[in-house]
Amino acid sequence: MNHFLQVLFDGLLNGLVYALVAAGLSMIWGVMDVINFAHGEFLMVGMYVSYWIGFFLDVDPLFSWIASGAFLFIMGAATYRLIIRNSLGKSAMAPLLATFGLSMVLKNFCMNRFTPNFRLLSGTVLEGKTISVGGAILSVPQLATAAFALVLLACLYWMLKRTRLGWAIQATAMDSEAAELMGIRTENIYLLVFGIGGACVGITGGLMTSYLAVYPEVGSLFSLIAFVVVALGGFGSIPGALLAAIIIGLVESFTGFYVAAVVKYAAVFAVYLAVILIRPKGLFGW
Amino acid sequence: MAAMLEVKDIHCGYDGTPVIRGLSLEVNRGEIVAIIGANGAGKSTTMRAICGLLHPERGQILLEGEDISRSPASANIRKGLSYIPEGRRLFPKLTVRENLELGAFTVVDRKVIDERLEEMFALFPRLKDRSTQTAETLSGGEQQMCAIARGLMSAPKLIMLDELSLGLMPSLVEKVFETVVLINRKGITVLLVEQMVQEALEIANRGYVLQTGRVVHSGSARELLDSDEVRKAYMGM
Repeated sequence: MNHFLQVLFDGLLNGLVYALVAAGLSMIWGVMDVINFAHGEFLMVGMYVSYWIGFFLDVDPLFSWIASGAFLFIMGAATYRLIIRNSLGKSAMAPLLATFGLSMVLKNFCMNRFTPNFRLLSGTVLEGKTISVGGAILSVPQLATAAFALVLLACLYWMLKRTRLGWAIQATAMDSEAAELMGIRTENIYLLVFGIGGACVGITGGLMTSYLAVYPEVGSLFSLIAFVVVALGGFGSIPGALLAAIIIGLVESFTGFYVAAVVKYAAVFAVYLAVILIRPKGLFGW
Repeated sequence: MAAMLEVKDIHCGYDGTPVIRGLSLEVNRGEIVAIIGANGAGKSTTMRAICGLLHPERGQILLEGEDISRSPASANIRKGLSYIPEGRRLFPKLTVRENLELGAFTVVDRKVIDERLEEMFALFPRLKDRSTQTAETLSGGEQQMCAIARGLMSAPKLIMLDELSLGLMPSLVEKVFETVVLINRKGITVLLVEQMVQEALEIANRGYVLQTGRVVHSGSARELLDSDEVRKAYMGM
Protein backbone atom coordinates (compact mmCIF):
# COMPACT_ATOMS: atom_id res chain seq x y z
CA MET A 1 0.00 0.00 0.00
CA ASN A 2 1.22 3.41 -0.91
CA HIS A 3 1.24 5.46 2.29
CA PHE A 4 2.43 8.63 0.67
CA LEU A 5 -0.41 8.78 -1.84
CA GLN A 6 -2.95 7.94 0.84
CA VAL A 7 -1.71 10.71 3.12
CA LEU A 8 -1.61 13.14 0.21
CA PHE A 9 -5.23 12.45 -0.76
CA ASP A 10 -6.42 12.64 2.84
CA GLY A 11 -4.80 16.04 3.20
CA LEU A 12 -6.24 17.32 -0.07
CA LEU A 13 -9.77 16.19 0.68
CA ASN A 14 -9.71 17.68 4.15
CA GLY A 15 -8.16 20.84 2.76
CA LEU A 16 -10.97 21.37 0.25
CA VAL A 17 -13.57 21.11 3.00
CA TYR A 18 -11.60 23.54 5.16
CA ALA A 19 -11.50 25.89 2.18
CA LEU A 20 -15.26 26.18 1.91
CA VAL A 21 -15.65 26.65 5.67
CA ALA A 22 -12.97 29.35 5.56
CA ALA A 23 -14.38 31.04 2.45
CA GLY A 24 -17.51 32.08 4.33
CA LEU A 25 -15.49 33.48 7.19
CA SER A 26 -13.11 35.21 4.81
CA MET A 27 -15.88 36.87 2.84
CA ILE A 28 -17.54 38.28 5.95
CA TRP A 29 -14.20 39.62 7.16
CA GLY A 30 -13.26 40.97 3.73
CA VAL A 31 -16.49 42.91 3.25
CA MET A 32 -17.29 44.05 6.78
CA ASP A 33 -14.14 43.66 8.87
CA VAL A 34 -16.16 41.50 11.23
CA ILE A 35 -14.89 38.19 12.57
CA ASN A 36 -17.73 35.80 13.07
CA PHE A 37 -16.78 33.77 16.12
CA ALA A 38 -19.91 31.69 15.75
CA HIS A 39 -18.78 30.40 12.36
CA GLY A 40 -17.86 26.96 13.69
CA GLU A 41 -21.18 26.72 15.50
CA PHE A 42 -22.95 27.61 12.26
CA LEU A 43 -21.24 24.55 10.81
CA MET A 44 -22.43 22.49 13.75
CA VAL A 45 -26.01 23.73 13.29
CA GLY A 46 -25.76 22.88 9.57
CA MET A 47 -24.74 19.36 10.52
CA TYR A 48 -27.62 19.00 12.97
CA VAL A 49 -30.12 20.25 10.40
CA SER A 50 -28.93 17.66 7.92
CA TYR A 51 -28.72 14.97 10.62
CA TRP A 52 -32.28 15.47 11.88
CA ILE A 53 -33.68 15.66 8.36
CA GLY A 54 -31.90 12.38 7.66
CA PHE A 55 -33.05 10.87 10.95
CA PHE A 56 -36.73 11.82 10.83
CA LEU A 57 -37.46 12.21 7.13
CA ASP A 58 -34.94 9.74 5.82
CA VAL A 59 -33.48 12.24 3.37
CA ASP A 60 -29.90 11.55 2.37
CA PRO A 61 -27.21 14.20 3.05
CA LEU A 62 -26.71 14.22 -0.72
CA PHE A 63 -29.97 16.16 -0.86
CA SER A 64 -30.45 17.63 2.61
CA TRP A 65 -27.46 19.97 2.15
CA ILE A 66 -29.89 22.16 0.23
CA ALA A 67 -32.02 22.54 3.35
CA SER A 68 -29.08 23.06 5.70
CA GLY A 69 -27.57 25.59 3.28
CA ALA A 70 -30.85 27.51 3.10
CA PHE A 71 -31.34 27.32 6.85
CA LEU A 72 -27.87 28.69 7.52
CA PHE A 73 -28.30 31.39 4.87
CA ILE A 74 -31.32 32.64 6.79
CA MET A 75 -29.54 32.20 10.11
CA GLY A 76 -26.53 34.18 8.83
CA ALA A 77 -28.72 36.99 7.53
CA ALA A 78 -30.70 37.04 10.79
CA THR A 79 -27.47 37.18 12.77
CA TYR A 80 -26.50 40.26 10.81
CA ARG A 81 -29.88 41.97 11.20
CA LEU A 82 -30.41 41.18 14.87
CA ILE A 83 -26.90 41.11 16.33
CA ILE A 84 -24.14 42.45 14.11
CA ARG A 85 -25.93 45.57 12.89
CA ASN A 86 -26.50 46.72 16.45
CA SER A 87 -22.89 46.16 17.42
CA LEU A 88 -21.27 47.88 14.44
CA GLY A 89 -19.80 51.35 14.81
CA LYS A 90 -19.34 50.93 18.54
CA SER A 91 -16.12 49.28 19.59
CA ALA A 92 -14.21 46.82 17.42
CA MET A 93 -14.69 44.36 20.25
CA ALA A 94 -18.49 44.63 20.15
CA PRO A 95 -19.22 42.39 17.14
CA LEU A 96 -16.45 40.05 18.26
CA LEU A 97 -17.95 39.55 21.70
CA ALA A 98 -21.47 39.43 20.31
CA THR A 99 -20.63 36.57 17.95
CA PHE A 100 -18.63 34.85 20.67
CA GLY A 101 -21.74 35.03 22.85
CA LEU A 102 -23.81 33.64 20.00
CA SER A 103 -21.42 30.69 19.65
CA MET A 104 -21.87 29.90 23.36
CA VAL A 105 -25.64 30.09 23.07
CA LEU A 106 -25.73 27.80 20.03
CA LYS A 107 -23.33 25.28 21.54
CA ASN A 108 -25.14 25.11 24.84
CA PHE A 109 -28.55 25.06 23.24
CA CYS A 110 -27.55 21.98 21.24
CA MET A 111 -25.91 20.44 24.30
CA ASN A 112 -29.12 20.93 26.24
CA ARG A 113 -31.53 19.80 23.51
CA PHE A 114 -29.56 17.09 21.75
CA THR A 115 -27.17 15.89 24.53
CA PRO A 116 -23.37 15.92 24.03
CA ASN A 117 -23.53 12.48 22.34
CA PHE A 118 -21.96 11.79 18.96
CA ARG A 119 -24.62 11.16 16.34
CA LEU A 120 -23.84 9.52 13.02
CA LEU A 121 -26.38 8.92 10.28
CA SER A 122 -26.54 5.32 9.21
CA GLY A 123 -27.74 3.87 5.94
CA THR A 124 -26.80 6.85 3.80
CA VAL A 125 -26.40 6.25 0.09
CA LEU A 126 -22.65 6.65 0.06
CA GLU A 127 -21.99 5.00 3.42
CA GLY A 128 -18.85 2.88 3.52
CA LYS A 129 -18.22 3.24 -0.21
CA THR A 130 -14.61 3.61 -1.20
CA ILE A 131 -12.66 3.85 -4.40
CA SER A 132 -9.05 2.99 -4.93
CA VAL A 133 -6.76 5.41 -6.73
CA GLY A 134 -3.24 4.16 -7.36
CA GLY A 135 -3.25 2.15 -4.16
CA ALA A 136 -4.80 4.85 -2.00
CA ILE A 137 -8.27 4.19 -0.66
CA LEU A 138 -10.61 7.18 -0.74
CA SER A 139 -13.89 7.44 1.11
CA VAL A 140 -16.59 8.34 -1.40
CA PRO A 141 -18.64 10.53 0.97
CA GLN A 142 -15.54 12.55 1.74
CA LEU A 143 -14.63 12.75 -1.92
CA ALA A 144 -18.14 13.94 -2.77
CA THR A 145 -18.00 16.63 -0.08
CA ALA A 146 -14.60 17.83 -1.28
CA ALA A 147 -15.70 17.89 -4.92
CA PHE A 148 -18.79 19.84 -3.93
CA ALA A 149 -16.69 22.29 -1.97
CA LEU A 150 -14.48 22.91 -4.99
CA VAL A 151 -17.47 23.52 -7.27
CA LEU A 152 -19.07 25.89 -4.78
CA LEU A 153 -15.84 27.82 -4.31
CA ALA A 154 -15.55 28.19 -8.08
CA CYS A 155 -19.15 29.49 -8.25
CA LEU A 156 -18.50 31.94 -5.43
CA TYR A 157 -15.33 33.17 -7.08
CA TRP A 158 -17.05 33.53 -10.44
CA MET A 159 -19.91 35.45 -8.85
CA LEU A 160 -17.52 37.87 -7.15
CA LYS A 161 -15.34 38.46 -10.20
CA ARG A 162 -17.73 38.30 -13.11
CA THR A 163 -21.17 39.53 -12.06
CA ARG A 164 -22.47 43.00 -11.27
CA LEU A 165 -23.58 41.76 -7.86
CA GLY A 166 -20.03 40.53 -7.24
CA TRP A 167 -18.57 43.89 -8.20
CA ALA A 168 -21.07 45.56 -5.89
CA ILE A 169 -19.91 43.30 -3.04
CA GLN A 170 -16.28 44.11 -3.79
CA ALA A 171 -17.07 47.82 -4.08
CA THR A 172 -18.80 47.74 -0.70
CA ALA A 173 -15.73 46.06 0.77
CA MET A 174 -13.38 48.69 -0.66
CA ASP A 175 -15.37 51.85 0.07
CA SER A 176 -18.89 51.46 1.42
CA GLU A 177 -19.67 55.16 1.17
CA ALA A 178 -18.66 55.34 -2.49
CA ALA A 179 -20.72 52.18 -3.05
CA GLU A 180 -23.77 53.96 -1.58
CA LEU A 181 -23.16 56.75 -4.08
CA MET A 182 -23.47 54.19 -6.88
CA GLY A 183 -26.94 53.33 -5.60
CA ILE A 184 -25.77 50.11 -3.96
CA ARG A 185 -27.76 49.52 -0.78
CA THR A 186 -24.83 48.45 1.35
CA GLU A 187 -27.13 47.26 4.15
CA ASN A 188 -28.50 44.63 1.78
CA ILE A 189 -24.99 43.67 0.68
CA TYR A 190 -24.01 43.06 4.32
CA LEU A 191 -27.12 40.98 4.84
CA LEU A 192 -26.37 38.96 1.73
CA VAL A 193 -22.71 38.44 2.61
CA PHE A 194 -23.63 37.16 6.06
CA GLY A 195 -26.18 34.90 4.42
CA ILE A 196 -23.60 33.54 1.97
CA GLY A 197 -21.11 33.07 4.81
CA GLY A 198 -23.72 31.03 6.65
CA ALA A 199 -24.71 29.06 3.55
CA CYS A 200 -21.06 28.05 2.94
CA VAL A 201 -20.85 26.27 6.28
CA GLY A 202 -24.47 25.12 6.10
CA ILE A 203 -23.78 23.26 2.87
CA THR A 204 -20.43 21.90 4.08
CA GLY A 205 -21.97 20.75 7.35
CA GLY A 206 -24.92 19.24 5.56
CA LEU A 207 -22.70 17.11 3.35
CA MET A 208 -20.29 16.18 6.14
CA THR A 209 -22.96 14.29 8.08
CA SER A 210 -22.54 11.48 5.56
CA TYR A 211 -19.14 10.61 7.06
CA LEU A 212 -18.69 12.62 10.24
CA ALA A 213 -20.52 12.40 13.55
CA VAL A 214 -22.26 15.53 14.80
CA TYR A 215 -21.99 16.72 18.42
CA PRO A 216 -22.22 20.17 20.01
CA GLU A 217 -18.44 20.70 20.07
CA VAL A 218 -17.82 19.66 16.46
CA GLY A 219 -17.54 23.24 15.25
CA SER A 220 -14.69 24.27 17.54
CA LEU A 221 -11.88 22.55 15.70
CA PHE A 222 -13.20 23.59 12.30
CA SER A 223 -13.52 27.21 13.30
CA LEU A 224 -9.99 27.26 14.70
CA ILE A 225 -8.65 25.86 11.46
CA ALA A 226 -10.81 28.25 9.45
CA PHE A 227 -9.29 31.22 11.30
CA VAL A 228 -5.81 29.96 10.49
CA VAL A 229 -6.75 29.40 6.84
CA VAL A 230 -8.22 32.88 6.49
CA ALA A 231 -5.21 34.57 8.09
CA LEU A 232 -2.77 32.44 6.14
CA GLY A 233 -4.51 32.95 2.80
CA GLY A 234 -5.06 36.66 3.30
CA PHE A 235 -8.27 38.18 4.60
CA GLY A 236 -11.00 38.41 2.01
CA SER A 237 -9.29 36.35 -0.70
CA ILE A 238 -11.02 33.20 -1.95
CA PRO A 239 -8.07 31.82 -3.97
CA GLY A 240 -5.97 32.56 -0.89
CA ALA A 241 -8.35 30.59 1.29
CA LEU A 242 -8.27 27.66 -1.13
CA LEU A 243 -4.48 27.52 -1.29
CA ALA A 244 -4.07 28.02 2.46
CA ALA A 245 -6.69 25.37 3.23
CA ILE A 246 -4.91 22.82 1.06
CA ILE A 247 -1.59 23.65 2.70
CA ILE A 248 -3.16 23.23 6.13
CA GLY A 249 -4.86 19.99 5.12
CA LEU A 250 -1.58 18.56 3.81
CA VAL A 251 0.49 19.69 6.81
CA GLU A 252 -2.09 18.13 9.08
CA SER A 253 -2.18 14.78 7.31
CA PHE A 254 1.60 14.49 6.70
CA THR A 255 2.69 15.34 10.22
CA GLY A 256 -0.18 13.27 11.58
CA PHE A 257 1.10 10.22 9.74
CA TYR A 258 4.88 10.66 9.51
CA VAL A 259 5.50 12.36 12.86
CA ALA A 260 2.72 11.70 15.34
CA ALA A 261 -0.99 12.35 15.45
CA VAL A 262 -0.67 14.38 18.64
CA VAL A 263 1.53 17.02 17.00
CA LYS A 264 -0.44 17.56 13.81
CA TYR A 265 -2.16 20.73 15.01
CA ALA A 266 1.05 22.01 16.52
CA ALA A 267 2.54 21.68 13.03
CA VAL A 268 -0.43 23.48 11.49
CA PHE A 269 0.05 26.43 13.81
CA ALA A 270 3.83 26.39 13.36
CA VAL A 271 3.42 26.72 9.59
CA TYR A 272 0.93 29.49 10.13
CA LEU A 273 3.27 31.40 12.43
CA ALA A 274 6.20 30.96 10.04
CA VAL A 275 4.24 32.32 7.06
CA ILE A 276 2.78 35.21 9.04
CA LEU A 277 6.27 36.20 10.22
CA ILE A 278 7.46 36.49 6.63
CA ARG A 279 4.23 37.75 5.05
CA PRO A 280 2.01 39.39 7.69
CA LYS A 281 -0.78 39.95 5.18
CA GLY A 282 -1.01 36.27 4.33
CA LEU A 283 -0.28 34.59 1.03
CA PHE A 284 -2.81 36.56 -1.06
CA GLY A 285 -3.43 39.51 1.24
CA TRP A 286 -3.56 43.11 0.05
CA MET B 1 -36.70 78.67 -14.58
CA ALA B 2 -37.72 75.85 -12.32
CA ALA B 3 -35.50 75.03 -9.38
CA MET B 4 -33.71 71.71 -9.76
CA LEU B 5 -32.43 71.83 -6.22
CA GLU B 6 -33.49 73.92 -3.26
CA VAL B 7 -31.62 73.84 0.02
CA LYS B 8 -33.58 75.59 2.73
CA ASP B 9 -31.94 76.64 5.96
CA ILE B 10 -30.12 73.37 6.72
CA HIS B 11 -28.15 72.74 9.88
CA CYS B 12 -25.80 69.81 10.15
CA GLY B 13 -22.59 68.61 11.68
CA TYR B 14 -20.68 65.65 12.99
CA ASP B 15 -21.21 64.26 16.50
CA GLY B 16 -22.88 67.40 17.72
CA THR B 17 -20.26 69.78 16.34
CA PRO B 18 -22.14 72.12 14.03
CA VAL B 19 -20.55 72.62 10.62
CA ILE B 20 -23.42 73.99 8.56
CA ARG B 21 -25.51 76.63 10.29
CA GLY B 22 -28.55 77.76 8.39
CA LEU B 23 -27.44 77.37 4.81
CA SER B 24 -29.75 78.00 1.89
CA LEU B 25 -29.06 77.81 -1.81
CA GLU B 26 -30.77 77.12 -5.07
CA VAL B 27 -29.74 75.53 -8.33
CA ASN B 28 -31.89 76.04 -11.41
CA ARG B 29 -32.31 73.59 -14.23
CA GLY B 30 -29.47 73.78 -16.73
CA GLU B 31 -27.20 75.98 -14.60
CA ILE B 32 -23.64 75.59 -13.45
CA VAL B 33 -23.46 76.78 -9.85
CA ALA B 34 -20.19 77.03 -7.93
CA ILE B 35 -19.78 76.90 -4.17
CA ILE B 36 -16.55 78.51 -3.08
CA GLY B 37 -14.95 79.18 0.26
CA ALA B 38 -11.89 78.53 2.35
CA ASN B 39 -10.93 75.18 3.82
CA GLY B 40 -13.31 74.22 6.59
CA ALA B 41 -16.07 76.54 5.43
CA GLY B 42 -18.38 73.54 5.09
CA LYS B 43 -18.38 73.05 1.33
CA SER B 44 -17.94 69.29 1.33
CA THR B 45 -20.31 68.89 4.26
CA THR B 46 -22.94 70.76 2.25
CA MET B 47 -22.40 68.39 -0.66
CA ARG B 48 -22.58 65.34 1.61
CA ALA B 49 -25.84 66.60 3.09
CA ILE B 50 -27.39 67.20 -0.33
CA CYS B 51 -26.47 63.77 -1.71
CA GLY B 52 -27.71 62.00 1.44
CA LEU B 53 -24.50 60.71 3.00
CA LEU B 54 -25.27 63.00 5.93
CA HIS B 55 -28.72 64.02 7.12
CA PRO B 56 -29.33 67.59 8.25
CA GLU B 57 -30.62 68.11 11.78
CA ARG B 58 -32.92 70.83 10.56
CA GLY B 59 -34.00 72.30 7.26
CA GLN B 60 -35.12 70.92 3.93
CA ILE B 61 -33.48 69.74 0.74
CA LEU B 62 -35.76 69.60 -2.27
CA LEU B 63 -34.83 67.86 -5.53
CA GLU B 64 -37.37 68.91 -8.17
CA GLY B 65 -39.74 69.78 -5.35
CA GLU B 66 -39.39 66.43 -3.54
CA ASP B 67 -37.96 66.48 -0.03
CA ILE B 68 -34.84 64.29 0.00
CA SER B 69 -33.33 65.49 3.26
CA ARG B 70 -34.03 62.14 4.96
CA SER B 71 -33.44 59.75 2.09
CA PRO B 72 -30.16 57.83 1.81
CA ALA B 73 -27.59 58.39 -0.92
CA SER B 74 -28.39 55.05 -2.55
CA ALA B 75 -31.99 56.21 -3.04
CA ASN B 76 -31.09 59.71 -4.23
CA ILE B 77 -29.08 58.42 -7.16
CA ARG B 78 -32.26 56.75 -8.39
CA LYS B 79 -33.89 60.20 -8.33
CA GLY B 80 -31.30 61.62 -10.71
CA LEU B 81 -28.65 62.94 -8.37
CA SER B 82 -25.02 62.00 -8.81
CA TYR B 83 -22.17 63.01 -6.52
CA ILE B 84 -18.50 62.75 -7.42
CA PRO B 85 -16.76 62.97 -4.07
CA GLU B 86 -13.51 64.67 -3.23
CA GLY B 87 -10.55 62.38 -3.82
CA ARG B 88 -12.44 60.52 -6.59
CA ARG B 89 -13.09 57.44 -4.45
CA LEU B 90 -12.78 54.97 -7.32
CA PHE B 91 -12.82 51.29 -6.42
CA PRO B 92 -9.06 50.73 -6.64
CA LYS B 93 -8.96 46.97 -7.25
CA LEU B 94 -11.73 46.96 -9.83
CA THR B 95 -11.07 47.66 -13.48
CA VAL B 96 -12.05 50.90 -15.18
CA ARG B 97 -14.86 49.07 -16.93
CA GLU B 98 -16.14 47.54 -13.68
CA ASN B 99 -16.04 50.95 -12.01
CA LEU B 100 -18.10 52.39 -14.86
CA GLU B 101 -20.55 49.48 -14.74
CA LEU B 102 -21.12 50.15 -11.06
CA GLY B 103 -21.85 53.78 -11.92
CA ALA B 104 -24.90 52.39 -13.72
CA PHE B 105 -25.76 49.96 -10.91
CA THR B 106 -29.30 51.32 -10.76
CA VAL B 107 -29.87 50.64 -14.47
CA VAL B 108 -31.35 47.24 -15.25
CA ASP B 109 -31.39 47.27 -19.05
CA ARG B 110 -28.14 45.83 -20.40
CA LYS B 111 -28.57 47.70 -23.71
CA VAL B 112 -28.80 51.05 -21.94
CA ILE B 113 -25.64 50.30 -19.95
CA ASP B 114 -23.71 49.37 -23.10
CA GLU B 115 -24.89 52.54 -24.84
CA ARG B 116 -23.74 54.66 -21.94
CA LEU B 117 -20.39 52.89 -21.80
CA GLU B 118 -19.89 53.73 -25.48
CA GLU B 119 -20.87 57.33 -24.76
CA MET B 120 -18.31 57.56 -21.96
CA PHE B 121 -15.60 55.99 -24.09
CA ALA B 122 -16.38 58.56 -26.79
CA LEU B 123 -16.15 61.38 -24.25
CA PHE B 124 -12.95 59.99 -22.66
CA PRO B 125 -11.12 57.85 -25.27
CA ARG B 126 -8.31 57.25 -22.78
CA LEU B 127 -10.67 55.26 -20.59
CA LYS B 128 -11.40 52.89 -23.44
CA ASP B 129 -7.68 52.10 -23.79
CA ARG B 130 -7.47 51.53 -20.06
CA SER B 131 -10.77 49.72 -19.60
CA THR B 132 -9.25 46.44 -18.39
CA GLN B 133 -6.73 48.05 -16.04
CA THR B 134 -7.52 48.41 -12.36
CA ALA B 135 -8.42 51.94 -11.29
CA GLU B 136 -5.43 52.21 -8.97
CA THR B 137 -3.03 51.95 -11.92
CA LEU B 138 -4.42 55.08 -13.62
CA SER B 139 -2.71 58.46 -13.47
CA GLY B 140 -4.35 61.24 -11.45
CA GLY B 141 -5.92 62.82 -14.50
CA GLU B 142 -7.23 59.50 -15.80
CA GLN B 143 -8.66 58.71 -12.38
CA GLN B 144 -10.54 61.99 -12.39
CA MET B 145 -11.94 61.24 -15.85
CA CYS B 146 -12.94 57.80 -14.65
CA ALA B 147 -14.67 59.30 -11.61
CA ILE B 148 -16.58 61.79 -13.78
CA ALA B 149 -17.55 59.06 -16.25
CA ARG B 150 -18.66 56.80 -13.40
CA GLY B 151 -20.82 59.63 -12.06
CA LEU B 152 -22.38 60.12 -15.49
CA MET B 153 -23.21 56.44 -16.02
CA SER B 154 -26.43 56.85 -14.04
CA ALA B 155 -27.54 59.59 -16.49
CA PRO B 156 -28.14 62.13 -13.71
CA LYS B 157 -30.22 65.29 -13.91
CA LEU B 158 -27.96 67.00 -11.41
CA ILE B 159 -24.30 66.20 -11.01
CA MET B 160 -22.36 67.41 -7.98
CA LEU B 161 -18.60 67.75 -8.39
CA ASP B 162 -16.40 68.06 -5.32
CA GLU B 163 -12.90 69.54 -5.78
CA LEU B 164 -12.35 68.24 -9.28
CA SER B 165 -9.08 70.09 -9.67
CA LEU B 166 -7.48 68.73 -6.52
CA GLY B 167 -4.10 67.16 -7.20
CA LEU B 168 -4.18 67.73 -10.96
CA MET B 169 -1.55 69.60 -12.92
CA PRO B 170 -2.65 72.96 -14.37
CA SER B 171 -3.00 71.77 -17.96
CA LEU B 172 -5.32 69.00 -16.79
CA VAL B 173 -7.35 71.34 -14.61
CA GLU B 174 -8.28 73.34 -17.69
CA LYS B 175 -9.30 70.18 -19.50
CA VAL B 176 -11.43 69.01 -16.60
CA PHE B 177 -13.27 72.34 -16.48
CA GLU B 178 -13.84 72.13 -20.24
CA THR B 179 -15.37 68.72 -19.67
CA VAL B 180 -17.72 70.18 -17.07
CA VAL B 181 -18.96 72.73 -19.61
CA LEU B 182 -19.41 69.93 -22.13
CA ILE B 183 -21.45 67.90 -19.65
CA ASN B 184 -23.58 70.93 -18.89
CA ARG B 185 -24.27 71.46 -22.60
CA LYS B 186 -25.71 67.94 -22.70
CA GLY B 187 -28.43 69.27 -20.41
CA ILE B 188 -27.08 68.16 -17.05
CA THR B 189 -27.31 70.67 -14.22
CA VAL B 190 -24.00 71.11 -12.38
CA LEU B 191 -23.25 72.03 -8.78
CA LEU B 192 -19.56 72.23 -8.04
CA VAL B 193 -17.32 72.92 -5.10
CA GLU B 194 -13.90 74.34 -5.91
CA GLN B 195 -10.79 75.76 -4.36
CA MET B 196 -9.74 77.18 -7.73
CA VAL B 197 -12.14 80.08 -7.43
CA GLN B 198 -11.28 81.98 -10.58
CA GLU B 199 -11.47 78.94 -12.86
CA ALA B 200 -14.70 77.76 -11.27
CA LEU B 201 -16.43 81.13 -11.56
CA GLU B 202 -15.33 81.48 -15.16
CA ILE B 203 -17.44 78.50 -16.19
CA ALA B 204 -20.27 79.00 -13.67
CA ASN B 205 -23.50 80.95 -14.09
CA ARG B 206 -23.81 81.75 -10.41
CA GLY B 207 -21.87 81.26 -7.22
CA TYR B 208 -22.20 81.08 -3.46
CA VAL B 209 -19.43 82.02 -1.07
CA LEU B 210 -19.38 79.98 2.13
CA GLN B 211 -17.84 81.00 5.41
CA THR B 212 -18.12 79.02 8.66
CA GLY B 213 -21.17 77.14 7.50
CA ARG B 214 -23.16 80.03 6.09
CA VAL B 215 -23.59 81.73 2.73
CA VAL B 216 -21.92 85.15 3.01
CA HIS B 217 -22.09 86.20 -0.63
CA SER B 218 -24.05 85.06 -3.60
CA GLY B 219 -24.67 86.33 -7.06
CA SER B 220 -23.88 85.82 -10.69
CA ALA B 221 -20.42 84.50 -11.41
CA ARG B 222 -19.57 87.83 -13.04
CA GLU B 223 -20.54 89.79 -9.91
CA LEU B 224 -18.46 87.53 -7.70
CA LEU B 225 -15.47 87.71 -10.03
CA ASP B 226 -15.68 91.51 -9.95
CA SER B 227 -16.22 91.78 -6.21
CA ASP B 228 -13.17 93.15 -4.44
CA GLU B 229 -13.98 91.16 -1.34
CA VAL B 230 -14.07 87.84 -3.15
CA ARG B 231 -10.96 88.66 -5.16
CA LYS B 232 -9.05 89.58 -2.06
CA ALA B 233 -10.17 86.69 0.09
CA TYR B 234 -10.11 83.82 -2.40
CA MET B 235 -7.99 84.78 -5.36
CA GLY B 236 -5.16 86.49 -3.55
CA MET B 237 -5.54 89.71 -5.51
